[in-house]
Formats: sequence, structure tokens, C-alpha cells
Amino acid sequence: MAQLVSHPDEVRVVSQRFGKGAADIERHLELDGYKAVRKALEMQPDQIINEVKTSNLRGRGGAGFPTGMKWSFVPKDAGKPKYILVNGDESEPGTCKDRLILEHDPHSVIEGVMIAGLAVGAKVGYIYIRGEYRYLVDITRQALADAYAKGFLGKNIFGSGKDFDVYWHTGAGAYEVGEESALMESLEGKRGIPRIRPPFPAVVGLWGGPTVINNVESIAAIPHIILMGGQKFADLGPPKNGGTRLFCLSGHINNPGVYELPLGYPLKKLIYDVGGGIPNGRKLKAVVPGGSSTFVLTAAEAEQMNMDFDSFSKRGEFLGSGGVVMVDDQTCMVKFALRIMKFYQHESCGWCIPCREGTDWLKKTLTRFHNGGGLKKDIDNIKYLAQNMLGRTFCPLGDAAAIPTMSIVDKWRDEFEAHLEGRACPFEPESSIKELPVLA
Amino acid sequence: MAISEKLDQFFDAKMKEYPTRRSFLVPMLLYTQDELGYLTDEAVAHIAKKTDLTELEVRNVISYYSMLHTRPMGKYHVQVCTNISCMLRGGEELLDRCRHHLGIGHKQVTPDGAFSLEEVECIGACSWAPAVQVNYTFHENLTPDAMEIVLERYKKLP
Amino acid sequence: MSETKNVTITVDGKQIVAPAGTLLIEACKAVGIEVPSFCYYPGLSLQAACRMCLVRIEKMPKLQTACTVQITDGMVVTTTSDEVRQARKSMIELLLGNHPLDCPVCDAGGECELQDMTFKYGAAESRYMEGKLHKEEQQWSPVVFFDRPRCILCYRCVRVCGEGMDVWALGVQNRASGSVIAPNQDDHLQCEECGMCIDICPVGALTSGAYRYKTRPWEMKHVGTVCTHCGDGCKTTLGVRRSDTGMDIVRGDNRDKSGINGDFLCIKGRYAFDFFDHPSRLRAPLVRKHGKLVPATWEEAIERISARLKEVRDTKGGHAIGVIGSNRTTNEENYLLQKFTRIVLRSNNIDHRRTADFASFARALAGKQDATATMRDVASAPAILLIGNDPTEQHPLLAWNIRTNVRLNRAKLFVANSGDIKLRRQAAAFLQIPEGREGKFVAFLNGDDSAAGALTSAAVSNDSLKTLRDELRAQQDLVIIFGSELRGADIAAVVKFGTGIGARFICLGDYANSRGAADMGLYPDLLPGYTALTGSNKFSDEWGALPPERGLSAAEMLQAAQQGRLVALLAVGTSSGDDLAVELVDGAAAVADSLTFFQDRIAQEGFLSTGPHSWSQVVLPAASAYEKSGTFTNTCGDLQLLKKAGDIAGVKSEFEILVRLAERLGADVRKLVPFGGGVHADMGQSRGAQSGEADRHGVWLAANNLEPRLSPFDPMAILDEIQRLVPGYEFSRLGLVSGSEQHVVSVEKSNAGPGNELVQIMPANDSLFTSGALGSYSRILNSVIENRRAQPVDTEVMAD
Ligand SMILES: Cc1cc2nc3c(=O)[nH]c(=O)nc-3n(C[C@H](O)[C@H](O)[C@H](O)COP(=O)(O)O)c2cc1C
Ligand code: SF4
Ligand code: FES
Repeated sequence: MAQLVSHPDEVRVVSQRFGKGAADIERHLELDGYKAVRKALEMQPDQIINEVKTSNLRGRGGAGFPTGMKWSFVPKDAGKPKYILVNGDESEPGTCKDRLILEHDPHSVIEGVMIAGLAVGAKVGYIYIRGEYRYLVDITRQALADAYAKGFLGKNIFGSGKDFDVYWHTGAGAYEVGEESALMESLEGKRGIPRIRPPFPAVVGLWGGPTVINNVESIAAIPHIILMGGQKFADLGPPKNGGTRLFCLSGHINNPGVYELPLGYPLKKLIYDVGGGIPNGRKLKAVVPGGSSTFVLTAAEAEQMNMDFDSFSKRGEFLGSGGVVMVDDQTCMVKFALRIMKFYQHESCGWCIPCREGTDWLKKTLTRFHNGGGLKKDIDNIKYLAQNMLGRTFCPLGDAAAIPTMSIVDKWRDEFEAHLEGRACPFEPESSIKELPVLA
Repeated sequence: MAISEKLDQFFDAKMKEYPTRRSFLVPMLLYTQDELGYLTDEAVAHIAKKTDLTELEVRNVISYYSMLHTRPMGKYHVQVCTNISCMLRGGEELLDRCRHHLGIGHKQVTPDGAFSLEEVECIGACSWAPAVQVNYTFHENLTPDAMEIVLERYKKLP
Repeated sequence: MSETKNVTITVDGKQIVAPAGTLLIEACKAVGIEVPSFCYYPGLSLQAACRMCLVRIEKMPKLQTACTVQITDGMVVTTTSDEVRQARKSMIELLLGNHPLDCPVCDAGGECELQDMTFKYGAAESRYMEGKLHKEEQQWSPVVFFDRPRCILCYRCVRVCGEGMDVWALGVQNRASGSVIAPNQDDHLQCEECGMCIDICPVGALTSGAYRYKTRPWEMKHVGTVCTHCGDGCKTTLGVRRSDTGMDIVRGDNRDKSGINGDFLCIKGRYAFDFFDHPSRLRAPLVRKHGKLVPATWEEAIERISARLKEVRDTKGGHAIGVIGSNRTTNEENYLLQKFTRIVLRSNNIDHRRTADFASFARALAGKQDATATMRDVASAPAILLIGNDPTEQHPLLAWNIRTNVRLNRAKLFVANSGDIKLRRQAAAFLQIPEGREGKFVAFLNGDDSAAGALTSAAVSNDSLKTLRDELRAQQDLVIIFGSELRGADIAAVVKFGTGIGARFICLGDYANSRGAADMGLYPDLLPGYTALTGSNKFSDEWGALPPERGLSAAEMLQAAQQGRLVALLAVGTSSGDDLAVELVDGAAAVADSLTFFQDRIAQEGFLSTGPHSWSQVVLPAASAYEKSGTFTNTCGDLQLLKKAGDIAGVKSEFEILVRLAERLGADVRKLVPFGGGVHADMGQSRGAQSGEADRHGVWLAANNLEPRLSPFDPMAILDEIQRLVPGYEFSRLGLVSGSEQHVVSVEKSNAGPGNELVQIMPANDSLFTSGALGSYSRILNSVIENRRAQPVDTEVMAD
């Protein structure tokens, strides 16, 4: 459904079957489908894990945790069933790549789950797809049914004597459920409240059993890593940042779309070559490098950055989820900050004080501010609130709300000042209410 | 209103894929809503029984998920994304146009029950923004005028 | 259980040694380092939601919640840095942002954890200038009110209701700042109305219908005493305030959690003190004149009773007088009552409403060591066998302890019951047996396989019975708890089975002091401590010769009354357990139809000053257990101190009444209540908020030229004698007075001799919302019953 794009710099690994009808199992098989899992069946679990470790694959969900290492945390003898859980809750603003994978190549995800299962000794996998993606649920259901019909799933898969089941599951509207422990709660039929960690899911996860949770894209990369070899995958990117990833360009950009590029690809090229630059002859003002939870970059900063995990973590920042959002110079950053906060306020699970109250308070303050009711002390207050959420909330959602807010206040303080004392929003003069709040 | 036998059997089959009875609860609620239009008291009671939960617990879960409703929504539920990627490309204008065209606001239903409107968070269509979902169908790269055409098309559906 | 080894951690430079795995917050608390918290609550699941307990732990990237971190060796923790202080301060700021700050009118004002935290850790300036959320207060039940904006979402209420009570009536709905605590029935609650949620709420979000807006916390005095309702003996702390008529009780709770009930109280212990000022409460004696009961002075009433008793005793003999004791009077009163009956009235015609067969229990356990379990044991024993009874309804604390034990210690619960009782949900094995076959079950346990036939059903197979028996036989430290379904020989049989595997026992009796009534010898054939009447014993040694022949049981007294052999009856409280009236009943005709004697009829007379008393000649208004001091022995044999809380003008304790009667009957009061010779004076510990009682002592003492230390009206004086003479009551007086319960071993030390006539056992069959006749005078219990009648819903819910 969603429109595909391409660019010569692209290196297509995960997206290699996009647009080729590979949701159909026969077509998929023609395109080397289910070869990797057959190969994995011949390998020792440790060998699989080592191959993934060698590939330097890091979690594509946002945190960038090395996938091979995560798998190796799963205890060998657990005494409880182990599970693979695929995180297809994709809700991070700016991110729309897992959607393409499930639409164009659902079997790569199924195959990835099976390989992960073989590696850690799990016999059951679940693919959790966000509720809004109903058409992907339907595609995945069909793919699973086809795989069962072929005997790839179920009892004695590929005649190996091993059993493996993969099931689909769907959410019903909740960003927080993308957080891995909340995801498990949701899959267990509960409210999406995260769990206390430790224990980590790899040790105590779904129904108390060890559980590997990976993003759709991470899992979809697995069959390719097994087939091409971990080293070859690793070599596509800079050291410790193996392979390619799907970057979703959106916002003020001429060629929005999802492009698969090697990690470490320069952001400047991503914007101006791949993305074709900023439309309407405007200038770039800000870039959200990887979903709304990341530090917002100024145009100047963006030109310096390479799109790999370590380039960002060196600065104490995050590469994020692959959702790259360009913001032009005619956009009000106060409004931008407000819209981001409105999102987190809406999506906070409400469990802990700093996130529940902090996002609510920030949203209210930013709303008033953008409407022209801002006071000078509010600017510091906004920063103060965000700082006091950072690192203190129950799960990283609080951080995700604080981070963009703090970076916007720091980098575009002048735009906040321009809104002060009843002045109209410089970018949307007509939308502001010129009224000072009544002070309590 | 109660759910169809077919749906109930589908639930029974799916519930077997999990070690606990309540696990399939969230999808069950969503599929029930798809069939009934919203989560009726009767449906809640039925699902509570099926999953060995209290109705309270089922309602606790329902109220957490933003797609689940305990009041009737329109036959066509128009969900306009105004999150950053869509906002930057005119999502708010789409919402405005929908408001005017349908004569309803956020989370309201037209008097004939045909449409309801909701401003929603990111629906995963960022690279094809601005985007709208009508029920489960995506409409992408819209302009306010295109939005109107989409709405008109739904109006004409039987 | 595997041994956990101790580890050493450093907190703020202080070394702490504690078992590995201890929660950091608890380790800190143990050495006096306070880590603030809202959501953390010992014994309930961890939440890590309020973030008040954030501390810095070396080598960890972020601040950590002390409520979830388990300590490991060498951990270095800082709780006092600027960073930690700022974190706490900001949490308070965030909470106050939406908190109504209506402290001046809030019930919790002065007792609010948020207030205290703000004072200690909080913010002076407010950064918040947006409008606050406003919502009307909601009434969820007669007991529970909810003020949403005050709620800080600590989820304590939700957990105590679900995890603790197994009721699951509260939930969390919506998300983000819309999150809200919700009741199970849309806009109201259907629950056990225990009030635990209210008690545990750190702020004034949940308040009780019984207390709201009645007073300010600092206007009350608090008296920790023992609940007067069921046989479990919860400590309840009564908040009292002076009023025109004495001392009013305005609140009940368990604020210091120091009793055997810890965190727990049921609706009765918490709210059903409100009978005390019921409009029909009798506040002056009634004397029958021209066929009608009319108010009279105490002097006149006492004179009427004593004159009549004296006349009957001296003309017809003591055997023409009967005495019925109460299950809700204190040990001291019961002891005094039987002593009075035996040595002053010269009669053994004394009995009480027996709600359990404690006499058979004593016979079965005589001579055994350490054979009874305490209420606390129920919360820690590795395994429990419950035969009969429905503790959820009849023994709420016992049920709470069982649940807590199963939940926190994974204790194994085995249940054999004819009903589908709620505790089956905690049971490792639940055996539903036909009604009345509890004895067969015990026989089966003892190896009688032929009894199996009486127990099997579709749900219970022969094999499952055998498996259960095998499993039970293998249990170590089993506690066997049984209800009044087991009596006589069945009790002997269950003791036989249990003794074989080293089990300990609890025999369940129903009212607040039913065990005490039995222990104190309210039996026609047994002296205190289940001591046989015949043969030499400490009592006759000290009191002189006692009437030698066995007296009449309650049922026999009625019969004798009908036949004209018994012509005077002194009923304390009533046999249904009420302790609010001492009545003299005269005339055979009057008792002719009185099998209702054991039912509510007399009980109500305790309250009704004008009601038709067909046969009472004199009715005396007696003090309730909340209006006097003394001791109660709960159904497990845990002895506890009662402190006087309320005071109602016009009433007197049974103790005082008995002493006065005895004096009029010519008894030597100094012998009856050996207050001069006692060693343990009550230094006022038991008098609670009152000095009125002490004043009365003072007046009496002065009038009689006696030392101002103990008076015959002081129950503590007779406690000396109880300790001296009643086998098994050799407890630590210091421990008792300092507020800890003392387990008595009266049944183990008993010497009842043979005797096994089938006595009438009349269990109370109370529910959570009833408490014999007394309960019907509680407004709160009545309104709950009313409310439930109006909204009948299937109450049982599944666990999470
Ligand atoms: C608030 C929040 C939302 C998240 N949403 C998603 C999501 O939608 N999809 C996803 O894959 N990971 C999401 N994550 C990250 C997951 O917690 C987890 O790290 C990831 O699924 C692990 O997979 P990976 O290692 O393959 O990236 C989210 C994390 C947080 C804190
Ligand atoms: S009502 Fe009280 S106990 Fe319950 S969550 Fe709110 S503050 Fe906590
Ligand atoms: S006490 Fe630790 S988070 Fe509340």
C-alpha cells in the first residue's frame, strides 16, 4: 500500500524483497525464502548466536542493544518455556519501516523468529503488531497459515524433529506498549504498564519464562545474516554498527520515504542527496534524527552527524528508531515542542508520578506558552520539569518526553522568548490568543 | 449486543495459543469492537467470563487502549494524525477540514452515526504524510481537498 | 528453606549488615535511615511508581528505587545528596501540581503522608499555575468515599483489596493523567467493606462514611483495645473525644499496626463500634413495677436483685438459681461471675452459649505440650488444614492470615468443607464434602478407609482423598484449624491424627471472648482452666468448699425453670453473646417459652428501655467491651488487654455490678476480689482514655478506708488470681500490659476428667456484616446490609 522509493546509495538487505510480491510464500521461496532457517537447523545454537554477534547487529527498535548479546543472556536451562516476541508495535513518531517489512516480506520475520528460537531454545514465537496495522495483521495471518501449510511451522519443522509455533497478536492503540516489558504485559492481556527490572525479559519474561524481544527490523535481518554470514553484514557498516537500516524520511523533505542505507551514512547526504533537500526553497532548521524521543539537532549539527549508534552516543545522544524528521525554518519550535509533548502526555501509561504529572504539566505550560500566555520564568520551568523527569521515571518514556523538550528549549530559546508577554507566535500570528493567564 | 458465534469460535481457537486465558484479551476486545461497533456491556460481561476476569479488570484494560471504545462510534471512524511528521505536512489542516465537512469535533459522532472524528497520534505513515485512517484503511499524502473527496466517497458507500 | 547469607552494604557512610536480597528500603529502615515512599508497602507487590525512594547507588547509571533494589554485598548507597534531595523535592512538586490542597477540610489533614512529606522533603514555592483538576467526591458504598483529585495514585488501595483481601474490587482505569482508581460496579463498590483501602490510603482520597468530617485527628485521643465482635481478637484503635455524656468513640482503625492483626481489620473491627450510642441503648436500670419495667436508680435495682437472690439462696438453696454468662464479657468478669455463682450463690448452675466445644478440645489436648497454635502462627505456618467453618465470613483475621501466608510464604492450605468457601481459592487442595461429614473426614484421616464412602462425590474421588491424606501425613508443622462442625469425639479424633504428625490446633469459637468464657469456667461441671469439679483443686483450696454436685447446663436450666425447680436466673449479657445487660429473671412461667432465650430477644432488651420484657424483673445497663478494661482470650488462646475507650453515663461494667451484688449478698469482697493481696497493681495502663473509672475506685476506696492502689472494682485485681489459679494462664503480665498478646495453654494444662455428655453447641453463623444481636445496633453494618439488599450482585470474583 505504502509507496516505495529508491536511491542509488541504497544497500538492500532487509528490503531486498520489497515490491516483489514476497508476501506470497511461493514468490518468497523463489527469492531464497526459508533457506536461512534450514541452514540454522544444521547449526548449533551457540553458532547461531555467534554469527549474530559477529554481524554487529544492534537493535533496530531504538535502543541499539547488540542483538547477539541479548540472545546470549537467555539461560540454557530455564525450567520454563522460552519465547520469542517480535515487537511490531511501531508507534514512535517519525517511524514507519516495520510496516513495510510486514507488508512486503512477512516471511522474513517468521523466519527470523524461528532462527532466534533455535538459537535460544524457544519453541514458540509471537509477532505483536500494533492495532492500527490491521492490514498487516491480515497479511501476517496469511503468511503464517501458508508457512504452517507447508510444514515450515508446527510439528517437526522441515523434518528436523523439532517443533516450532509462531502466532500473531495485535494491540489496540498504545505507544507505551512498544516498551518491551509493557509489550509483554499487553500480550498477557493486561494494561500496558511496564514491569520492574531486573529481572530482564531474557531471564524472566512472558509468563515467567525467558523471552527474547526484538524489533521487526532486527528480526527480519536475521535470515539475511545467517545466509550472507555475520561478517559480511558487519562489514556493511562502520565498526560495531553492523549492516544497514531502514531510514524513514519525513517532514519537510522533497523525497520522503523509507530508504535502506548502511549505518554510518552521513545525515547531510541523507537529507540533501537521498531526501532531495528541503522543499519550497526553505532552509533546514532542525532534524529529529530517530523518532521523537531523540535529541533534536540543529541544521548545523545535522550536517556533522553520521547515522550510526556510536556517533550519537559519543555525544550522549541517541540514533533512535530510524525516523528522520526534517523541520524547515518556517516552523515554530515552541509549537513543535508542544506537539511532541502532547504525544507523550497522551501516551504516558500514567504509572509513575514524574511521567504522568510531568508530561501533563509540560503540555499545559507549553500550550499556554504557545498561545502567548508565557512568562519568562516558564522557560526555565519547562527545562526544570524536563530535567526532573529525566532518568527518574519508571520506564524510558519519561526520558523520551524530556529529551526533545530539553534540547528544543536549549537550542531555540530565542523562539520561546519571542512568544513572551502576550506576543503572537511569530510563525502563526493568527493562531495565538493574546491573553495573559491569571496568576494564582 | 452479543458477538457472533463465528467470532466466539475464532477467539476460542486463538486462546489456545497462549498459556493463560486472559492473554488474548486485547485482540479479543478489538475484534469484538469491530463486529459490534463498540464494546457493549454485554460483550464486556461475555469476555470477562471467557477470560476468567472480573468485568472491572476487563474495563481496566479497555480504558487503557486508545482504540477501544465503550460508546458507539461512527460507522466510519476518521482518525487524523497530527503528530510531527503529519503536522509538518498539513495534518492539522486535514483535521480542520474534516471538522468543517463533517460538522463534528474530536471524538464526536455525526447525528446519523455515519462518521466519527478523532485526532490521533502517529499512525506509522510518516513518510507518506499527512495521513488519515478511516477505520483500518490508510489514506496518505492527502491535501484538504483530497480529504474531502475521501470523505465524500465514504458517504456514498452503501 | 535455603539459608540466606548476610551481606554488608554502606549507606551514607554507615555499614549495614542484612540478609542478601533484602530490599534496600527495608535495610535502610532497619538502621533508622528513612527513605521516603508512597507506593511501597511491606507485604504488597512492588510498584516503583511514586519514585520518592530514588537513591544513588554507586556504579549504576541512574538513580535507583530503593523499594525494588535488593541489596548485594559491597553496595554503596547515598540517600542524602543534593541530587537525591532534588529528586524527592521534584516528585512532591509534581504531585502537588494537581493536588487540591484542601487540607483544612480534608479528613486526612494532620495524618496525611503527603503533608508530612511536603514538610520534610518538599517544595516551598509553587511552579504550577495551571488550573487544577476538579471532580466531585463520590460515594462508593456506605463505607467508602472517594475524592479523586486528592488521589496520588500509589495503588495501595488496589493492592490491599486485591492481593490482601482477595476481593479485587478496585482497579486502575484510563492512562496518563486521566488514570483513576475505579470501583468494580461502575459507580459504586460491591465488596467486603473492610475499609482496608481507606486505612492504607496515604492521603484523604479514600475516606470512610463512618468518620468523614466528624472531627480533626488532633482532637481525638487514641485507645488501642480489642475488637468486641468475632473470636479473632483484632486490636482496634478507637479514637475518642469528650462529649456531654462521657467519651464518644468517633473512629476505629488499626493505626499503629501493632496488634496480632497487623495491617488488618474487617468492617466490624473498624466501624461497628457505633452501637455504643444507639438511641435505644439503655442508660439507666429498669425495674419491674406493676408489671412494667420502669427506670430506677442503681441503688434500687441492685437492692431488688440482691434481695431476691438472697431470698432464693437462703430459702430454696443455690441450686434454684441459674446463671448464664456471656461470650463478650472479659475474662475477669467471667471468672468473677463463676466464682460469685459458686461461692456466693452456692450454685454450679452456670453456663454460657457455647459456640465451640472447647471442653472436648481441652480433654483431647490435656497433658500435651505446645499443642495449640497462635493467631500469628497462622500467618507463618508452612501448612494449614482447615476443616469446616468459613473464615472469610466468620473469622476475617484468620482468613487474612491464611491468605497472607499463602501469598507471601507459599504456605500450603488444605481445605475440607461442605461449602464452596472462598478460601478454596488459596487452597492447594480443596475437598468439598457433604454437609455433616466432617467427622467422617477425620475418621478417614485416622486411617478408617471405610469412611471414604461418605465423602466421595463427583468432585471427590477415592484417590484424591488418599492423596490428600498422604500429603497431610507428610506435612511438618501443620496447623489444623477446625470449626464447630467438629465436636466431642470428633475433636478427640482430629487431635489424634494431628498429634501423630506433630500438628498444632486451633478450635474456632465465635464471639470476642468465647474462648475466655470457656477458659474461665462458665460451665456447670468445670471450674476455670477446665478443672474437674470433683477432687482437690487449687480453687477449693483457696475458696473453701464448693457446691459438690455438677450444676445445670443452659438447656437444663430452662427445663428446670419450667418445672419450677429453678426460680431465679441471672443472665449476663445474653447467651447470644451480648454483654450489655445484666438481668435478673424470675419466675418459671416467664421462661416457659424461652428457647428463644439463646436468640436475639433478650439481647435486644439490653438496648430497649421500654420494650416488653416478659420476664425480666430487673435490667441493668452494662458497659460494652469498649467501655471497660480487662482481658479477652481469642479463639486461638491469645490473651490481650482491653483498654477503656468510650464512656457512657449511666452504665457500669459487669465487674462492678457483680462486686456490688456480692457485697449486698453478704460476701467478703476482699475474698471475692483479693485486691489487697494482689501483687500486680494496674498503674493505669488498662484505663485507656478514661479516668472516670479510676475516680470511682478512688471514691470506693476512700469510703472503705483502703489503700489507694487497687480496688475491688479493678479487674486487674482478679487477674492476679486468674494468673495464680487458672492452669495455663501463667503469662507475662509485663508483656500483656505493654500490649503484646500472651498465648495461654489452658487446654493443654486442663484437668477436666471424664465427662462427655453431648452438649448443645450453637455457633453464631455470623457473616462479615453481622455480629449477633449486637451487630444489629450498628448503623454502619445495617446500612451495608441494606445497601447490599438493594444492589444484589454476585459477590465472588476471580483472582487476577
Ligand atoms: C516508550 C517506548 C516505546 C517503544 N516503542 C517501540 C516500538 O514501537 N517498537 C520497537 O521495536 N521498540 C520499541 N521500543 C524499544 C523496546 O523497548 C525494545 O528495546 C525493542 O523492542 C528491542 O528490540 P531491538 O533490540 O531489536 O531493538 C520502545 C521503547 C520505549 C521506552
Ligand atoms: S486512593 Fe489513596 S491509596 Fe488509592 S491510589 Fe489513590 S492515594 Fe493511593
Ligand atoms: S516507594 Fe519506591 S517508587 Fe514508590
